[in-house]
Amino acid sequence: MTTASLRLALVGAPNTGKTSLFNRLTGSSQKVANYPGVTVERKSGGFVTPEGRSVTVLDLPGTYSLRGRSPDEEITRDIVLGRFDGEAVPDLVLCVADATNLRLTLRLVLELKRVGRPMMLVLNMIDIAKRRGVTIDLDRMSQELGLPIVTSVAVRKGGVDELLKRTDEFLARSHEAAASEWTTPTIADLKAAQREADRIIAVAVTLPTKPDTLTNRIDSVVLHPVLGLVVLAVILFVMFQAVFTWAQPAMELLSDGFSALGQLIHDVLPESWTLLQSFLQNGLISGVGSVIVFLPQIIIIFLFILLLEDFGYMARAAFLMDRIMGGAGLHGRAFIPLLSSFACAIPGIMATRVIDNPRDRLTTILIAPLMTCSARIPVYTLIISAFVPATTVWGFVNLQGLVMFGLYAAGITSALTVSAIAKFFLWRDHAPAPFMLELPDYKVPRLKSIAIGVFNRAKMFLYRAGTTILSMMVLIWFLASFPQAPAGAEGPAINYSFAAMIGHALEPLLRPIGFNWQIAVALIPGMAAREVAVAALGTVYSIEGGKEAADAIGQVLAQKWTLATALSMLVWYIFAPQCASTLAVIRRETGGAKWMVVTFLYMLVLAYAASFLTFNLAQALGLH
Amino acid sequence: MTGDPNSSQDNPRDIRLGHADRGFVGKIIRLDALVTGSSLSAQELEQRLVEMGFVEGARVEILHEGTIRRDPIAVRVDNITIALRRSEAMAVIVE
Repeated sequence: MTTASLRLALVGAPNTGKTSLFNRLTGSSQKVANYPGVTVERKSGGFVTPEGRSVTVLDLPGTYSLRGRSPDEEITRDIVLGRFDGEAVPDLVLCVADATNLRLTLRLVLELKRVGRPMMLVLNMIDIAKRRGVTIDLDRMSQELGLPIVTSVAVRKGGVDELLKRTDEFLARSHEAAASEWTTPTIADLKAAQREADRIIAVAVTLPTKPDTLTNRIDSVVLHPVLGLVVLAVILFVMFQAVFTWAQPAMELLSDGFSALGQLIHDVLPESWTLLQSFLQNGLISGVGSVIVFLPQIIIIFLFILLLEDFGYMARAAFLMDRIMGGAGLHGRAFIPLLSSFACAIPGIMATRVIDNPRDRLTTILIAPLMTCSARIPVYTLIISAFVPATTVWGFVNLQGLVMFGLYAAGITSALTVSAIAKFFLWRDHAPAPFMLELPDYKVPRLKSIAIGVFNRAKMFLYRAGTTILSMMVLIWFLASFPQAPAGAEGPAINYSFAAMIGHALEPLLRPIGFNWQIAVALIPGMAAREVAVAALGTVYSIEGGKEAADAIGQVLAQKWTLATALSMLVWYIFAPQCASTLAVIRRETGGAKWMVVTFLYMLVLAYAASFLTFNLAQALGLH
Repeated sequence: MTGDPNSSQDNPRDIRLGHADRGFVGKIIRLDALVTGSSLSAQELEQRLVEMGFVEGARVEILHEGTIRRDPIAVRVDNITIALRRSEAMAVIVE
């Protein structure tokens, strides 16, 4: 027996329980990465068979055919064909089929057979099929297809024992891949394959006389033109309540915990080690803290998304939102990621993984930071309460609330506009993906599978985004702390730092939009997180007490800024790419710096142009 | 687009799935992707429809309609449910 790992590849149509099977086989020993240069997830893992063979498993992107009509489907095709650079040819292809729904998968099986790789068909969810009265003559089907067939219940303990046993038997024999000249199937080939699949189903499968009535009953409410939207609104309401009521205390606890830890380290170290104190407290610990503080939100949002996905609701939400989102060139599935971005763009961008088509996914990633995230709220409330009088307009509308609403509306409108423009300019040469998706039967969510999914997301966020975010935080700390203020210097230390130098250097550029050098300086630590700009403004205007002094900061700003400057600042925050963490996540999710740079630049240009217009218009109207 | 979508029909009982109402039950006669409102090429659209199980002889039923302009539609194709827009469903000739 060789010690080299045997390579297994899982192939199958979407909704066949392929991922559950992958989770069952590999448990938590999974590695999730991206294929080089594309926004396609590469999931691999390993296990040891009962006879002691070590096996690595690759979970290939779901596909209905080998035609490769999108980058993720091309990856599946190329790996199966053994022509993907950097991926070894699989020793055994496991084609996963939903036993309750064989029509589409059997056609894929026939397509795969032509490739000539050693292959086995796994009929997953055989328990549900039996319960529904589907009987499958396995011997007959195996004979018709010319392939070994094994049944499995990925979600039950012991449900893959037979699969493991058969894999061992299969691997014990030596297999030669039959040489094949694979060509892209034509429509005639596809139709012929579908007819052949239907013929095999007719001879080997007995279908129940009545279809799954439970799914129909749920759908008659969930997909109802009016009730369906109400159900969607309720689900989203519960989700956001959960994000704020469950995540907020955890986030505050983490944030307070890290401040306390920073203070503790500050106090423990000798007074003379100021630099180390500052680095540990303001650079390292607050940097780590600023990453970890997002974790509760990420866990809760993904818990909901994975639950809804596993239950089968995600496709329904896309169905309901398709026309509404489609007007702006967005996919129906972009709805939930964009809504999550109102809490924070980071989980929103990570949630775009529910969008299968990479171009639709990229468009959604590009516009997610324009949704008004919760970190903008402190900045907005500070400036609005300092500059906008709390008067009532039109008889019943609070002017401050109206401005706040206007800022949210401006964010949404600009996001939809950017999406429509991106669709027109970036993807005009590509055929857009039509809205055509399977509405799978509802299934009871598998908690273990969801737990693994949430765990993987959390781990990925901490390991991969964490390292980038942390290094940016340390850089921002460095800029705000060096060079140090000379002994006996007047004013806050930040005024002597690189941040101040950059602020002064940027001032001429920012003057046309009404920003003074103090604002320019505050924008630099504000890159760490938007709300940090509030405390930073306090620092540059020499106000003690950090966030608690927001009222005091507001009073100072009201004296030092004109209304035109304040409005310009508000508009700046709608658009500006003022969040290092979001940029880091975009880089991770898109597999390269290119789209991070594109996002940064387009948002910067928008912010500058909008602030320029606002400032000059306000001045022309005499708002001082 | 030129031509009347109905001109390619031989049998007056044949209609396009994109025109059918909720509750419609029928059988697929053939695919004709030449005259639709879809942004896809005729060949690409036909391939995608075949891949989702829209083949001659399949039983179709329109189960649900979207809120805005009754679009998209959820179609039962034999024993699976597919959601698609009416503009793409125009390529499916049913009786």
